Amino acid sequence: MGIRFVLMVNKQGQTRLAQYYEYLTVEERRTLEGEIVRKCLARNEHQCSFVEHRNYRIVYRRYASLFFLVGVDDGENELAILEFIHLLVETMDRHFGNVCELDIMFHLEKVHFMLEEMVMNGCIVETSKANILTPIQLMDKTS
Amino acid sequence: MAGSSSSSIMDNLFQRTLDDLIKSMRLHLLTESSLISKSIEDIRREIKSTDPQTKSTALQKLTYLSAIHGVDMSWAAFHVVEVMSSSYFSHKRIGYHSASISFHDQTPVILLITNQLRKDLSSTNHFHVSLALHCLSNIATLDLARDLTPDLFNLLSSSRVFVRNRAIAVVLRVFDKYPDAVRVCFKRLVENLESSDPQVVTAVVGVFCELSCKDPRSYLPLAPEFYRILVDSKNNWVLIKVLKIFARLAPLEPRLGKRIVEPICEHIRRSGAKSLVFECVRTVITSLSDHESAVKLAVSKVRELLVDQDPNLRYLGLHALSVAAPKHLWAVLENKDAVVKSLDDEDSNIKIESLKLLMVMVSESNVVEISRVLLNYALKSDPEFCNEILGSILTTCGRNVYEIVVDFDWYVSLLGEMATIPHCQKGEEIEHQLTDIGMRVKDARLQLVRVARDLLIDPALLGNVYLHRILCASAWVVGEYIQLASDPLELIDALVQPRANLLPPSIRAVYINSVLKVLSFCLDCYINQDEDTAASYGNSEMFVVKKDSEAPELVATCEGSTYEQDEGFNPRHSTAESSDDLSVENDTDRVTHFSKRKFTHETVVSLLNRIESIFGSLTANQDVEVLERARNILAFVQLIKAEIIDNSGQNLGEKYTQVSTVIKSIRHAFSMELGPVSISAQGRVAVPDGLVLKENLDDLKAICGGDIEPPSSSTFYTGGPQFGTTLDGSSSNLLKNAESGPSNESTSLLEHRKRHGLYYLASDKSETFTDDYPPANDPKSNSNEADELAKLTEQSLLLKKRTNQMKSRPVVVKLDDGDVAPIPYKRPEPRDNSLSGAIKDVLLGSETHPSLSLDKSSTKRKGKKKQGTDIPSEMKENLGDAEKLDPENPNSSSKNKERRRRGKEKIVEGGESDQRGKKKSSHRHGRHKTHQRANSPLNVVSQTPVIPDFLL
Repeated sequence: MGIRFVLMVNKQGQTRLAQYYEYLTVEERRTLEGEIVRKCLARNEHQCSFVEHRNYRIVYRRYASLFFLVGVDDGENELAILEFIHLLVETMDRHFGNVCELDIMFHLEKVHFMLEEMVMNGCIVETSKANILTPIQLMDKTS
Repeated sequence: MAGSSSSSIMDNLFQRTLDDLIKSMRLHLLTESSLISKSIEDIRREIKSTDPQTKSTALQKLTYLSAIHGVDMSWAAFHVVEVMSSSYFSHKRIGYHSASISFHDQTPVILLITNQLRKDLSSTNHFHVSLALHCLSNIATLDLARDLTPDLFNLLSSSRVFVRNRAIAVVLRVFDKYPDAVRVCFKRLVENLESSDPQVVTAVVGVFCELSCKDPRSYLPLAPEFYRILVDSKNNWVLIKVLKIFARLAPLEPRLGKRIVEPICEHIRRSGAKSLVFECVRTVITSLSDHESAVKLAVSKVRELLVDQDPNLRYLGLHALSVAAPKHLWAVLENKDAVVKSLDDEDSNIKIESLKLLMVMVSESNVVEISRVLLNYALKSDPEFCNEILGSILTTCGRNVYEIVVDFDWYVSLLGEMATIPHCQKGEEIEHQLTDIGMRVKDARLQLVRVARDLLIDPALLGNVYLHRILCASAWVVGEYIQLASDPLELIDALVQPRANLLPPSIRAVYINSVLKVLSFCLDCYINQDEDTAASYGNSEMFVVKKDSEAPELVATCEGSTYEQDEGFNPRHSTAESSDDLSVENDTDRVTHFSKRKFTHETVVSLLNRIESIFGSLTANQDVEVLERARNILAFVQLIKAEIIDNSGQNLGEKYTQVSTVIKSIRHAFSMELGPVSISAQGRVAVPDGLVLKENLDDLKAICGGDIEPPSSSTFYTGGPQFGTTLDGSSSNLLKNAESGPSNESTSLLEHRKRHGLYYLASDKSETFTDDYPPANDPKSNSNEADELAKLTEQSLLLKKRTNQMKSRPVVVKLDDGDVAPIPYKRPEPRDNSLSGAIKDVLLGSETHPSLSLDKSSTKRKGKKKQGTDIPSEMKENLGDAEKLDPENPNSSSKNKERRRRGKEKIVEGGESDQRGKKKSSHRHGRHKTHQRANSPLNVVSQTPVIPDFLL
């Protein structure tokens, strides 16, 4: 499995979104998140975006106050994951218009939906912004 | 009830939405935990509502709290199922989302959603289908996967791309849970590889990339399809995945490498996407290492990464180098400067990566240089990285019994230097290496004693807790090899310095024991020199004058006598010595400087007085180890002091008769050399007759209480029976203690041996010694020691041969068998599961067919196109009846599958892999397993011609 989890965490360390592609119990998730957040948030922007933790390799990127952390298997292409994060941010940006932390908080479901469009089973299945957003826009129209 | 319905209306009207919940959380009106518990209370009530809106909103809130705040929502599983079955899309979505977040294999209600999923999977509304597929990809269990495989099969060829590429992604999970699905779905999956739709190709390549992790060989027949994608695709995401697949396939089939190397190099040259270029580089380095020009190109790209501004690229560059290192060390050496520079990087991850690389580079010729560089970095870096550096130096140099160390004097000094680095926390490892080198490398002992001395006399070091273990080793070293010390008295001062009470008792005990060794050595020398001078000059004053020229000889005789007596004392030991005679002489040559110090009567008396006063205070110590050893020393000092003082003025010829016997006997006890002990030594000791090992330990007391003399004492006394007669009670006590002296844990070790000798002998070879120091040559193992020594000398001889190629390397004692448990490089067994078996079955079904009927499979290979059509035709037969199966009845379908498989086996047997036996549903395949085992030889035949010629 390529991608194991996607986390969005603000700079205070609060989780804003957590999507796992393998089953972990609530306790396991919390400890894992705690460890990773502590490790990654302590780093500065002159340091590289890759951190090894347990058997994961974590690729992260910071956008304003929000950290995007993606846990991948060893051997996954780190640069591609960075591009994936960027794609996700761009997609959200296109949808929400100048996306910020609050958008993600109040529209968590939509963000999950976008992620679902992009990633299934840890595989990236869709990389076109237009394709990702079509179903969401359709749903917005109908509701 | 009227009340409940009205309350549900009220709930509906005044229910807080998710937005409200989030807002109130942000306002911090209540503490987070109390707000959560209050919300959960509301949710528990609302979720029971009959109104679907209220229910789904409650579930939405609960899902939010669970995902973000880690609230348990397993209790709401049934409500999730209810909301999932809503016909409103917005409700359904909430239900499916909560299911994907909260359900897992053990959720009981998961059995209830099969029909709901099936209904949604066959819905005409593709959003419903997509919801169901997403949910399935997250939570599919064996049962769900089995029951829904037919539906999935239909979706795999759906005309709606939106649905099809999701179905493709779900296949991965379904195959994982239910490998038999491969037989049904695999063909359609392969067909999708040729799809013209980029979205579908992205999905299917992703799936194959993951599948090929497990058993790449099965996918070799698909290489032509992947090749086409590699050449044609413009999508970097797809290309990266295809490259990953090729990285796994290429090592299995050399012809494949030739074919793909050109397109990959083309990508490296042309592509502007760093991620793609990096993936190409990685593929070349890992899997195409035979293609020199490609590797050169890849390494040149790596060099660009190493000097880039972006820390990410620098990190990846180093990472690529470490991948390259095993096969292309030159690539690392070429970039040495960049690697060393990275040690100074701001990022600790980059630093660690470069440290690893430097360690890969280390060889006999550059170990000195690299260690120097690293130690300089260690001095100025933060504690964590400093210890990382020290740790890797220690591991690298210590690997395979100091394989790469030629100059042990240098290495020992390096260890000493490491100890003095302020951040050093590697005490334990340094301690181990110091003692280990002492025992293994005779030629290093002189330097070792010097280094140990420098560490011991520095009072500042005693304040650092991390150094205590190193000091412990140093104390042991000076005690053990005191004859090599330049100034024994100075060492005693160091060992009894007041700050030594900062040490923990266990290490204090080692210190005290070393004092005893040093003291007995000093006294021995003093008496010997007195006797000598008495013989030649008859006057002690004369001796003091003549001493400078005399002393080396003195030491020589002193040592010589020790060894002489050894012979009578312990035959097996002397055999060891004789082989090492040369180095013994060497040692004595080197001790000339010892003469600087003279033992006059006054110095000895003051020494004894000082020790008496210092150890007098220790007799009140709380720790038994310290207490007992201190008492032993005191008793020893008191015993001899009187006589030495009394005899000061008497005729030298007759003095000290009694004292000298005592001292000599103690010296004997310490004189036996300690060697490294094989991990399995204990296991080689034969179990004595009549020894019951498996008995309950309850009667331990009865057995131990039966006054069993510690075995060592018997050996000792046979050597010198006269001691027993000449000594009074207290000194024989002392002797007993002294004989176990070489192993510093006197009493505890005796006890340990006594017990282990009795109880743990028969345990297998895995038994290891956990004592701080390897115990002395255990007398118990005498019987086997001879062979061991023979082997040992052989070893040393072998080693000597090697040394003449360059600057002579001292002999390093190695034991024949894993005294450092050899770590064989074990290729991890491919953890194949039933999945790969199933895939081989499907993919190679048509391949192995000819190989069984006629063995000239390679000549029967068809062209690329032919191959492509071959598989489907074979598949169609299978799929034909798969479609005919009644999907409603899983029982009959499974039976059918079983039948089909058995039918198929007759043709394919060879293609099956043994791993099939591990099937989760093995109870159904019992017969199959035995069948297969009987046919296993066939596997060998049919495994080889996996890849056809179509690539060439």
